[in-house]
Amino acid sequence: MAEDVFKALADPTRRRILDELAERDGQSLFEICTRLVTKYGLGLSRQAVSQHLAVLESAGLVVSRREGRYKFHDLNTEPLERVMTRWLKPDAAEDIS
Amino acid sequence: MRIHITSVFVDDQDKAMRFYTEVLGFVKKHDVPVGADRWLTVVSPEDPDGTELLLEPSGHPAVQPYKTALVEDGIPAASFAVDDVQAEFERLRGLGVRFTQEPLEMGSITSAVLDDTCGNLIQLVHTKA
Repeated sequence: MAEDVFKALADPTRRRILDELAERDGQSLFEICTRLVTKYGLGLSRQAVSQHLAVLESAGLVVSRREGRYKFHDLNTEPLERVMTRWLKPDAAEDIS
Repeated sequence: MRIHITSVFVDDQDKAMRFYTEVLGFVKKHDVPVGADRWLTVVSPEDPDGTELLLEPSGHPAVQPYKTALVEDGIPAASFAVDDVQAEFERLRGLGVRFTQEPLEMGSITSAVLDDTCGNLIQLVHTKA
């Protein structure tokens, strides 16, 4: 799990996606794509952004939820806390899975 | 060449007529019976001779999967210009309209995305003067 978090955070586009979700939770794929284009000039295809979101989701950093016919993405910072406590509170058991 | 008519596929033409006129504020232009459906268009009251929006029935089997996929990813089927997105957002939310994207400033443009209750998302846009 920790490995997935590091891998997810290694990519600058994925860090931008997290930045934007930190600003406003509950974004559609369309809004995320719009933000990446207009704020950072990142002209990625929707498929590419979907794939980045899938990596973030598998690391637990983004949670997607369905609300009726819509699909929204939320930021989940919980995996980051586990990563940080590994060194800040070394007594905490390391997640080696 | 210029755009004469553009269209959105609506699940229910009566419901669409009410939403597009009573809620969004367009006015009816043409309403002609065509079999079980109607040739139903609306225009902006600010430009009654301008581009018409055709409220086209969603009956074709290809339409539903297309609409469902767009809505799931938040992609608008059409985009309308307003003078002030934030003001329209407040007005429409007050009327019970559901937004999938709240007003978002992106450089000189502000946009928001709403659900037209007929199976589509609609983007509102204004450009700063």
